[in-house]
Amino acid sequence: MIEGISIYEILTLTSILFFIGVYGFITRKNLISMLISIELILNASVVNFVVINKYLYPDVLQGVFFSIFIIAVAAAETALAISIIINLYRQISSVEVKDTETMKY
Amino acid sequence: MNSSYTILIPLIPLAVFLLLGIFNQKIKPAVSGYIGVSGLLASAILSFYTAYQYFFVIDKVDGIYQTFVDKTVWMHFTETLHIDMGVLLDPISIMMLIVVSIVSLMAHIYSRGYMKGDEGYTKFFAFLSLFSFSMFGLVLSTNLFQIYIFWELVGVSSYLLIGYYYTKPSAVAAAKKAFIVTRFADLGFLVGILIIGYYTGTYDFEMLNNPEGNAILSWASTSFMGLSVLTWALILIFIGGAGKSAMFPLHIWLPDAMEGPTPVSALIHAATMVVAGVYLVARLFPMYYFVEDGFALNIVAFVGAFSSLFAAIIAITQTDIKRVLAFSTMSQLGYMMLALGVSGYEGHEGVGYMASMFHLFTHAMFKALLFLCAGSVIHAVHSNYLKDMGGLRKYMPITNITFLIAALAIAGVPPFAGFWSKDEILVAAYEHNKLIYLVGVFVAGLTAFYMFRIYFGIFWGKDTKYEHTPHESPISMTFPLMVLALMSIVGGFIPFSEFVTADKAGFEAHLNYPLAAIAVGVGLIGIVLAWIFYKKENNLAEKFANGFGVFYKWAYDKFYFDELYLFVTKKILFKRVSAPAAWFDRNVVDATMNLIGNSTVATSKKIKGLQSGKVQDYAFAFIAGVVIIAIVFIYLWTN
Repeated sequence: MIEGISIYEILTLTSILFFIGVYGFITRKNLISMLISIELILNASVVNFVVINKYLYPDVLQGVFFSIFIIAVAAAETALAISIIINLYRQISSVEVKDTETMKY
Repeated sequence: MNSSYTILIPLIPLAVFLLLGIFNQKIKPAVSGYIGVSGLLASAILSFYTAYQYFFVIDKVDGIYQTFVDKTVWMHFTETLHIDMGVLLDPISIMMLIVVSIVSLMAHIYSRGYMKGDEGYTKFFAFLSLFSFSMFGLVLSTNLFQIYIFWELVGVSSYLLIGYYYTKPSAVAAAKKAFIVTRFADLGFLVGILIIGYYTGTYDFEMLNNPEGNAILSWASTSFMGLSVLTWALILIFIGGAGKSAMFPLHIWLPDAMEGPTPVSALIHAATMVVAGVYLVARLFPMYYFVEDGFALNIVAFVGAFSSLFAAIIAITQTDIKRVLAFSTMSQLGYMMLALGVSGYEGHEGVGYMASMFHLFTHAMFKALLFLCAGSVIHAVHSNYLKDMGGLRKYMPITNITFLIAALAIAGVPPFAGFWSKDEILVAAYEHNKLIYLVGVFVAGLTAFYMFRIYFGIFWGKDTKYEHTPHESPISMTFPLMVLALMSIVGGFIPFSEFVTADKAGFEAHLNYPLAAIAVGVGLIGIVLAWIFYKKENNLAEKFANGFGVFYKWAYDKFYFDELYLFVTKKILFKRVSAPAAWFDRNVVDATMNLIGNSTVATSKKIKGLQSGKVQDYAFAFIAGVVIIAIVFIYLWTN
């Protein structure tokens, strides 16, 4: 519970953060930037977990545990994504998303 | 009687067929010939052993030959209606075993010489064995359905063997014709079987043929268009038999079937398969006789008599010797049908039945012999036509003598086999119906005439100059001729009436001297006429033929039945029925399916651009979808 700030303001903030991430994922041309956008989406959800835990069920800690869990998984997932992108770069000498369109009809 | 070993009689040829068929390419022709012959020899020995056991060791019980059945249930429908597979031994099935095994064995031995050097030698023997298997299975069948299965099997093997020279278009056409015509007739057979199954509740021959049994006694309880339903069923079954036995008007396939190799004609289209129709009627004889006081049996008699006359007239005019023999076969089959048709049931009344089976037996011997002789002649002069033959007696003494014996046998000259059986048939016909008797006598004269016409034409007549001097056939071909000639001489002395009768009790047959004298006299007139016309080259025959004018031309063209069938099928069936049906199929049924297929393809082509391969497009679509669903749900919840 944070004095002077209601849950709605924080949820509005995380929603904005989430949609910035979505917008970035759809519009960025660079694969690395897309990855960063995904991180933004994840962070929005982590903040949601913590806030909802704190405001609605203050006497339990599951939400906090989950946010730590998500941070760990996101780190591993980012490492995986980075390695894929590096491999891709070795193959086509580019990290532009428009160069990865061969898997179509 | 322990009859379980009889199952081997059909199974041995089946094994030979599988062996030769599967290892077709790996077996040397010389070996495959021996395998085929020895397989048939084993079956023949077993058949003779069975006959000996049945007639002489077991003998009659209470004056009647017993029927032995060994069967297992194959398909179970209800408590009474089930289809069995098994072996049935009674006098006619054993007689048929003997006929089939002798003729088939002789045809096998003969083929070793006749087919020598042919490309498909092994295949030929495989098919012959398949045929022997089917025919043995047919005669041993215990019920209508089993006989139908083997009935179709002999049809298939006949088809395969007629079309054996499959590079010759005429042989292919003949094979198709034979199969389609007999198959068409078998439709009647099948419908008849189903009717019998429905109304009597059984397919089993023993139950159907019991004169005091439910099947026969219940005939009056049903009726359809003025006749008992069972009568209709029997008529339909007879249509099947008429197709196989080349009875008028389903005879058109038999002359064309002569496109097959000659041993095949001898075995299948003279001695065994074509008598299957006669055998079928004989097998159901008590039904034919008792149901509706023999109404169906009268039809059998008249169809038989007409076919026999019709075919004999055509036979006189033909110039291809195998076709003469084919029409002669048809005529003699008509004789057998006629004899069944005029037969009674008990004791001496059943002389027609006995005579029919007797004639079946003797005819198988001498007609197979005639065909094999014709094959020997064709082998020597490389032609089927009478005009290419003449004076062959000097070159082919054995063929000459055996052919003469067979011709005397079929002409009914005593003491050859045909005399005895034909005499019995005429006695039966005389006692039953004078008109049929007259037809029979007239046909006997015609038979003698056309048979000696080709005999004199081949072995006497003009001295033809041959490119290669004809020579007698090898021993593998003349040996069967001599065996069958022996059978044609002594076959008539078998006291058939002791063994094979309708009521299985046997009776003593006596020669009816006045009738025998008339038949022999008519036969001799035929022979003498042929002697005058054809012994020396002269134009008497031509003048005689011209005397008949247009009738001769009709007979020469087989009374235009082929053309009639062609007209009906091509002009009426194909044009009026099949062509619209084909149009409907192409333009409605197929078109609907094509429309569905084509529109799917066209739509896919239009929308395949959606699969752009761009990750961000997919992500956008996904998120847009989620947002839309979310909006919809929120809208629904808030209202």
